[in-house]
Amino acid sequence: MDLNYSEEELAFRDEVRAFLDEKLPKEISEKVRRGEELTKGDMERWHAILNARGWLAPNWPVEYGGCAWNAVQKHIFDVESSYANAPRIIPFGLSMLAPVLMKFGSQAQKDHYLPRILDGTDWWCQGYSEPGAGSDLASLKTRAVRDGDHYIVNGQKTWTTLGQYADWIFCLVRTDPDVKQQEGISFLLIDMNTPGIEVRPIILLDGVHEVNEVFFDNVRVPVDNLVGEENKGWTYAKYLLTHERTNIAGVGSSQAGLDTVKRMARAEMQGGRPLIANPHFAARLASVEIDLKAMATTNLRVIAQTAAGGAPGLEASMLKVKGTILRQEINDLARRAAGPYAMPFPSEAVEGDNDPIGPDYAAKTAPQYFNNRKLSIFGGSNEIQRGIIAKVSLGGAK
Amino acid sequence: MNFDLTEERQMLRDTLRRYLSDKYTTKVRNDILDSDSGMSGAIWGELAELGVIGALFTEDEGGFGGQGFDISVVFEELGRAGVVEPFLDTGILGGRLISGLGGDSQKGMIEEIIAGTLHLAFAHTEPTSRYDLSRVETTVSDGKITGRKAVVVNAEAADCLIVSARESGSTDDLQGISLFLVDSDAPGLTLRGYPLLAGGRAAEVTLDNTPATRLGAAGAAFPTIEAAVAHAHVALSAEAFGAMTTATDLTREYLVTRQQFGRPIGTFQALQHRVADMLIELEQARSAVINAAGHLGAPARIRDLECAAARNLVGRVGRLVAEEAIQMHGGIAMTREYELAHIAKRIVMTDHRFGDTDYHLERFIDLSAAA
Ligand SMILES: Cc1cc2nc3c(=O)[nH]c(=O)nc-3n(C[C@H](O)[C@H](O)[C@H](O)COP(=O)(O)OP(=O)(O)OC[C@H]3O[C@@H](n4cnc5c(N)ncnc54)[C@H](O)[C@@H]3O)c2cc1C
Repeated sequence: MDLNYSEEELAFRDEVRAFLDEKLPKEISEKVRRGEELTKGDMERWHAILNARGWLAPNWPVEYGGCAWNAVQKHIFDVESSYANAPRIIPFGLSMLAPVLMKFGSQAQKDHYLPRILDGTDWWCQGYSEPGAGSDLASLKTRAVRDGDHYIVNGQKTWTTLGQYADWIFCLVRTDPDVKQQEGISFLLIDMNTPGIEVRPIILLDGVHEVNEVFFDNVRVPVDNLVGEENKGWTYAKYLLTHERTNIAGVGSSQAGLDTVKRMARAEMQGGRPLIANPHFAARLASVEIDLKAMATTNLRVIAQTAAGGAPGLEASMLKVKGTILRQEINDLARRAAGPYAMPFPSEAVEGDNDPIGPDYAAKTAPQYFNNRKLSIFGGSNEIQRGIIAKVSLGGAK
Repeated sequence: MNFDLTEERQMLRDTLRRYLSDKYTTKVRNDILDSDSGMSGAIWGELAELGVIGALFTEDEGGFGGQGFDISVVFEELGRAGVVEPFLDTGILGGRLISGLGGDSQKGMIEEIIAGTLHLAFAHTEPTSRYDLSRVETTVSDGKITGRKAVVVNAEAADCLIVSARESGSTDDLQGISLFLVDSDAPGLTLRGYPLLAGGRAAEVTLDNTPATRLGAAGAAFPTIEAAVAHAHVALSAEAFGAMTTATDLTREYLVTRQQFGRPIGTFQALQHRVADMLIELEQARSAVINAAGHLGAPARIRDLECAAARNLVGRVGRLVAEEAIQMHGGIAMTREYELAHIAKRIVMTDHRFGDTDYHLERFIDLSAAA
């Protein structure tokens, strides 16, 4: 055991810092720092900058354009990017679809789609959830019926994150309604420009248009767009769920978030002293920081273990639960620290080019607190994760 | 001891609940949230007619209530329906300050408040004062006020602002603070208005040599401010509690209807226990509101101790209820159109008016130690 970064790791950290310093556009990091919404262009621009450096897909094998980083390097990149207020990497194409294509896709699919994911030609969104199929994903109803060399797709997906920008959607669809639920599902790639697709916005409680409903009305999808075998989609979806645990704990984002809270608490005065010197606030802050230190190590241990071929086991579920609780706790601290200035709901219309209404760190704290309630709901809710942990650890206990 | 509401209060509660469930639907309220004024003048007028504002004043003042339990009954109902109209600002804060310090010429305003024809806003908090009530840097000289006030709720709609300014002493002294009436069209008064996350509107207020009329004696307003804020604490606790009952009701309904894995999600024990915890805590909150309301007329230290206890407890339970209600609903609770989204915001954002749970914990510690 050695808890210190090695010489090489320190050098890598400096390299990442220098890169972020030089290449991360200030107008984008400023938006991230203030919690403002990024445009599609902002996100694409950052992807392109990372791609130019070969750092867009740390989890891809090198032969596909990945960067052969070990666990510690990934961690360093995550933490440094968060501190620098870099935008998060949009995961749908890069870390959700790509691993499935690499493992189960045809050669033609890999050759066609993977480079386009990297260079940003295609923006992907994830079409799993339906109004009636959330936690119980296998009950999904969107139907795909074979018609010659096409599938005809009918049904509805929902909660489709950033679907309004997407060129493509990867969908779980029902191809056989007469077998056990899990055995009649297929994994289909659908061009969002196909006639019969309609995208309707859902505005979230913080006023942001982040998710959508996607309706399919007799949408014709070439059979070539089926990934792997028909009716094996559930296996691929599960592979994705267990495979995809990069950044599940959100350690970098939590550390940067906590740093911001400290900065706020140094600036805010209450009862004649800075909030950070207030014992109640300081205690809250310290508890979270103590948890986070341990979780950073847990996270590294898990990544190192899986990188060395160890079984993913329950750790992914554990990291998801604990990681989201901590992130939400930090959002709560930020909201508290903002005091009365957490109340305004400022918008471009209100602020425009003028000064922010209160301190510039305050405006988005409450909206973010509410928005990040999603963290414990999506990606397998925390209840579902706890169920998995309990089921595995209690084994045969029925 | 007796924990029953008087017949009058029961009638008031039933009338209000009926009116709000008929008229203040999610759709109506969401349209109000999107409107430029952030409130409905028509609904304000109708609620005033139903006696919502009159109930906040004593008979001597021209109302028919004015006790802690009148306030808690009204605000619990407003909270249940997620009402965003500024009854707290005009009715409670404005009403208490005018009633406490106004001279004969100003007492007529109360009649107008009760009739629903006058709007007020309390411009007290300053950009750096957070929740410290005595931190006033705004100055006054020759009857003219200069300073900045932060997040003044209802400022744009107010016919008249009640502005605090320091006449003597240093920034945090309890002595030396006066309150002034400032007309909405007074020279040197500038408002920068904006919507609030949980509904309603507020403004940053700048006063630059703005003419003002003092309420009461010079430098002696602090006890009245504290009393008015104590009334606000009862109102806010009751309002948050009302909103929490709605959040809990919505969650219970959802858990017995939403099906996953072929059965209602309310059949999962993991969720059942959490609903049970919500209900247990909700009863605690109900009692904390009763404790505070019942001590609103007590000597200041006792009154403030009970208020701090209620705000701390209701704040803690509020966060639990809001977060658990959202979590157990899943994605649907994240959508702006859904009733719970608004209700959860009302509950949590209560924490940012006149002190969060930590602030009230400290108040409680200080006031207990002072016994
Ligand atoms: C902001 C946001 C973005 C999203 N983005 C996407 C996306 O891009 N693509 C996509 O496909 N989906 C997306 N989702 C959907 C997300 O995956 C679902 O919300 C999630 O699966 C939960 O489903 P649900 O919302 O229907 O809740 P439900 O499944 O109805 O759950 C309601 C409650 O019941 C609990 N529950 C359910 N089953 C059990 C059980 N067996 N035991 C104990 N408790 C249980 C849940 O944990 C939850 O608390 C997104 C959701 C949100 C909120």
